[in-house]
Amino acid sequence: MARTRYAPDRGLTARMTVTMFLLGLVFVAFIALIIGIGAATHGSTDIIAFFCVILGGGMLIGSLFYSDKIALASAKAQLVEPTDGPEAARLHAVVDRICALADMPKPRVAIAPADMPNAFATGRNKDNAVVCATTGLLRRLENDELEGVLAHEMSHVAHKDVQVMTIASFLAIVAGLMVRMAFYSELFGGGRRNNNNQNAALMMFAIMAVSVVVYAVSFLLIRLLSRYRELAADRSGALLTGQPSALKSALVKVSGDMARIPTRDLRAAEPLNAFYFAPAMALNSAGASLSKLFSTHPSLERRLEELDKVQRQLSQR
Amino acid sequence: MGFLDSLLGRTKPVQPKLDDLFALPNAAITLEAGAGFKPTGSGSVCFRPVEGRSFTDVENDVRDLLNSSSSAEGGLPVEVSKDDYGFTWLVSSRMSDDLGSLVTDLHAVNSSLVDNGFGPQLLCTMVAFRDDQERRLALVYLYKRGTFYPFAPLTGERRDNALELQAKGTIGDDLKFEPDLARWFPIWGAPGL
Repeated sequence: MARTRYAPDRGLTARMTVTMFLLGLVFVAFIALIIGIGAATHGSTDIIAFFCVILGGGMLIGSLFYSDKIALASAKAQLVEPTDGPEAARLHAVVDRICALADMPKPRVAIAPADMPNAFATGRNKDNAVVCATTGLLRRLENDELEGVLAHEMSHVAHKDVQVMTIASFLAIVAGLMVRMAFYSELFGGGRRNNNNQNAALMMFAIMAVSVVVYAVSFLLIRLLSRYRELAADRSGALLTGQPSALKSALVKVSGDMARIPTRDLRAAEPLNAFYFAPAMALNSAGASLSKLFSTHPSLERRLEELDKVQRQLSQR
Repeated sequence: MGFLDSLLGRTKPVQPKLDDLFALPNAAITLEAGAGFKPTGSGSVCFRPVEGRSFTDVENDVRDLLNSSSSAEGGLPVEVSKDDYGFTWLVSSRMSDDLGSLVTDLHAVNSSLVDNGFGPQLLCTMVAFRDDQERRLALVYLYKRGTFYPFAPLTGERRDNALELQAKGTIGDDLKFEPDLARWFPIWGAPGL
């Protein structure tokens, strides 16, 4: 039996598992609390909770199914064929080789006309995946760096990150809906309930408070999970191509350019952040520790550090 | 890849399938009889090099191994070239009637890489054919799939799809062809083609 050089990173796996477990725990606790509040105030919170879960689920399935179309449309990206020009041919050639190495079906390939150097992969599963690179990325990166970035994106596809992150954000969606529902029923329903007005107001206030807390906690957990999944994709991508240094140099190049991009472009790209190869929001030093907590991507230093580990692993005898 | 692996973001590297390569000599006879394409005697292995000393050592060993076996039989030394995408091609040139030993050469490269734990780096292997009108055709073996596909380049980065499909039809069941046409990727300028 040939030996393998591709041992998984146990620490990363463990941290990811704990994060996902906590998300699940918060969700269960949330539902239990809502029902508990209902029981305590003799109100009908289960109906509201049920309605929010169904509505949230619908939004979830919708965004999962249209993830590729939404992402492509908001990046103004165009699907390209290999015959559409030298840049399209180059992008296709790199994707072809990555797919052949990783034994994955070839995704659709798109180019977004933006000077910001970035790439993203989306689509609900391997067969519906789209990989998109911006013209700025294609212009700045050499072939092996481009390969590193696209291998990272293809790892997101292999890890089903769109599915995982969409399901993870379910909790935040439901909590967000609950806040709104509680607020509106307070606003419009309050006047009609004369007999137990006091009770209902208390109930709605409790729901609102719990939902806000759950929203905040789940938001932080989702961001944490997203950062872990970025590291996992970096790792898999670098192992696949066998060139962690090419990915490192791409990261340094892209992050360096990122800071120089004018603000207008950054704001336009913000909703897409979670899908991107590198986040479009520049970190300023004053809010660095806080923005670390909120950011969808790990810091450049952290990513380079993890890639150093891959490099050492690959050069072992 | 299992459900748990994708949930935890672990990618298992795909090991190459090596055995199907040996069906090639038989298929070449069928191809020559049916379409007039003869092997040119050159074939190559394409892999993605890994950075670091340990892969370079393995790569050098493989080259020495191939060179010693081919010089013992009076063949040409192995050529090494790098393509635009950072992949390494080892080209072995044999006499055109000796496809069997060419395949053995290619297999030697594969097993050295696999034995040293670099099996997942193998991309494809290519054996070149040519007919009387100097039309070029390659049979490309995809390691991760264990399947073949034909590739017929024309001038100016165009492919002769009709010829490719004709070759597939002629060889028929003698080779396992890649059913997913999206994976028949072009290898422009592959050394030895």
